[in-house]
Amino acid sequence: MAERILLKGNEALGEAAILAGCRFFAGYPITPQNEIPAYMARRMPRVGGVFIQAESELAAINMVYGAAGAGARAMTSSSSPGISLKQEGISYLAGAELPSVVVNIVRGGPGLGGIQPAQSDYFQATRGGGHGDYRTPVFAPNSVQEMVDLTMEAFEVADAYRNPVLVLGDGILGQMMEPVALPPAREAPLPPKPWATTGAKGPGRRIINSLYLDPVVLEQRNLWLAEKYARMRGLARAETVGMEDAEICLVAYGATSRIVKGAMQMARREGIRAGLIRPVTLWPYPTVSIREAAGRVEAFLVVELSLGQMVEDVRLAVDGKAPVHFYGRTGGMVPSPREVLEKLREVAAGMGKRRVVAAGAGA
Amino acid sequence: MRQIFAGTDGLTQSTTIYCPGCTHGITHRLVGEVLEELGVTGRTVGVASVGCSVLAYEYFNCDMQEAAHGRAPAVATGIRRVLPEAVVFTYQGDGDLASIGMGETIHAAARGERITVIFINNANYGMTGGQLAPTTLLGQVTTTTPGGRSAATAGYPIRVCELLATLDGPAYVARTSTHNVAELHRTKKAIRAAFQAQLEGAGFSMVEILSTCPTNWGMDPVRAMEFVAKEMTATYPLGEFVNWRRGN
Ligand SMILES: Cc1ncc(C[n+]2csc(CCOP(=O)(O)OP(=O)(O)O)c2C)c(N)n1
Ligand code: SF4
Repeated sequence: MAERILLKGNEALGEAAILAGCRFFAGYPITPQNEIPAYMARRMPRVGGVFIQAESELAAINMVYGAAGAGARAMTSSSSPGISLKQEGISYLAGAELPSVVVNIVRGGPGLGGIQPAQSDYFQATRGGGHGDYRTPVFAPNSVQEMVDLTMEAFEVADAYRNPVLVLGDGILGQMMEPVALPPAREAPLPPKPWATTGAKGPGRRIINSLYLDPVVLEQRNLWLAEKYARMRGLARAETVGMEDAEICLVAYGATSRIVKGAMQMARREGIRAGLIRPVTLWPYPTVSIREAAGRVEAFLVVELSLGQMVEDVRLAVDGKAPVHFYGRTGGMVPSPREVLEKLREVAAGMGKRRVVAAGAGA
Repeated sequence: MRQIFAGTDGLTQSTTIYCPGCTHGITHRLVGEVLEELGVTGRTVGVASVGCSVLAYEYFNCDMQEAAHGRAPAVATGIRRVLPEAVVFTYQGDGDLASIGMGETIHAAARGERITVIFINNANYGMTGGQLAPTTLLGQVTTTTPGGRSAATAGYPIRVCELLATLDGPAYVARTSTHNVAELHRTKKAIRAAFQAQLEGAGFSMVEILSTCPTNWGMDPVRAMEFVAKEMTATYPLGEFVNWRRGN
């Protein structure tokens, strides 16, 4: 077991990228992710990598496009307003099939919003915030250790599928210090990239492109991409806690899942049998885990730092088999475990009433 | 039999889609010849932009990346930093370079990014049907300045070379034209100098090339050449603005 050291989430994420073989980083300042570019500015020159502070998020993501197209493992990071600007580039990265990692340390919106943690970019991250029919895997860490592990995995997934991959964190995770075990640096050579433009002429020359003017060809291209996205469905992953005997299934991701876990334990002490499903991937969504739970529990309670975005995926998976409740705080406000417990009590009380009604109807 | 014309190693055999009398094609040829003569085609990565030259990745006989509208200098920056040994160039129109991509242009130049920018100034947006470009001349009619460009509502033409010449990053900045054979020779010389600046690690280089768009200007090719020679050069004086060899 590797030695555990105390690291701040954002810096741990930066180191993880380096360990994964990332040698190109371009970014633009925005709170609450500034530690990532600062870390990369210090570290990249020491490992022979490139750090550039770009003139904008548009430039940063397009620098990543060029670097990824030239074969490097490349990353950019930002927070919500900056990620909105990067959407053009993410669409082009997906269209041209360029592996890359995009980190969003989410803050409250819309507009300039605020600088406190939020989860209100779920739709943007999971639906494809840019134009066109494309998908990007989305990893949602809930600890500093996962900031490391999932970021490293993001690079592998990006290369395996030739696709941009998102890591969706929030200001809590970014600023939090926790002990982490850093895995060893990737030593294996990077997967071969014969498609990368490294300088060539003649029949062997390579083209990185997403333009297909002939609709017949473009449709084929989209169908080919869709096949790839279908293969990515196998990446879906969730952690479950206390679901064996649960009557109420809590669903939460990221830092919120830790608050919810606290509430779950408090509820259990009161006799409310709550369990938790924590999606680790937001796209592909762990629909199967939720669907499977829907046959066993009496109700769902989804908790998010938004006014209800992931809850739509839960409702799709539950498909009417159980009531789906929602509790959310937004704008940078973070609920306490006690607030979530309060909501759990309400849900449990409602279940009790329904049981009485159902029993009465049966008599 | 004496061979009087041959293709260049810098271009593929593809037929271009440019309109008759358009100078995009001639400029491709000049860039291709320079790549061949410098012997660098096999280690070059070009960046095509969005405009009539969007299919440039079909025409240049080297590795190519297609960039989003205006973002070619950022894409080229990514390539350049990852591949220190490669020759990297962008090929951009005036809407692409001086309007939507002005930020990327200025900052790549200010960073002294070792890339070569081939900048086609045809005083309008060709591909989308002849709208106002930042480079459209005062009084020039476009689909979005139907009464001619008025400074009061559409502002003034931007002289990109002069703008970039105020920066310390560029090693070579020149404006040339395509309206006659002598100017074509000068254009080729400038393109060669621009790539030379890159090869010597001197910094950012750009050649702005005054070009025709007979289709959207509503002129025949000859009249279009005259327009470049008389009208465009009046607003856009030809010459070298930065030359690292001369220390300016
Ligand atoms: C983001 C975005 N906005 C607008 C367009 C539409 N568009 C395509 S080409 C073009 C203008 C190109 O003009 P210019 O750069 O002057 O090149 P030319 O066609 O004249 O060679 C525009 C606006 C686009 N493709 N992408
Ligand atoms: S529209 Fe203008 S710039 Fe485009 S190919 Fe035709 S002449 Fe050339």
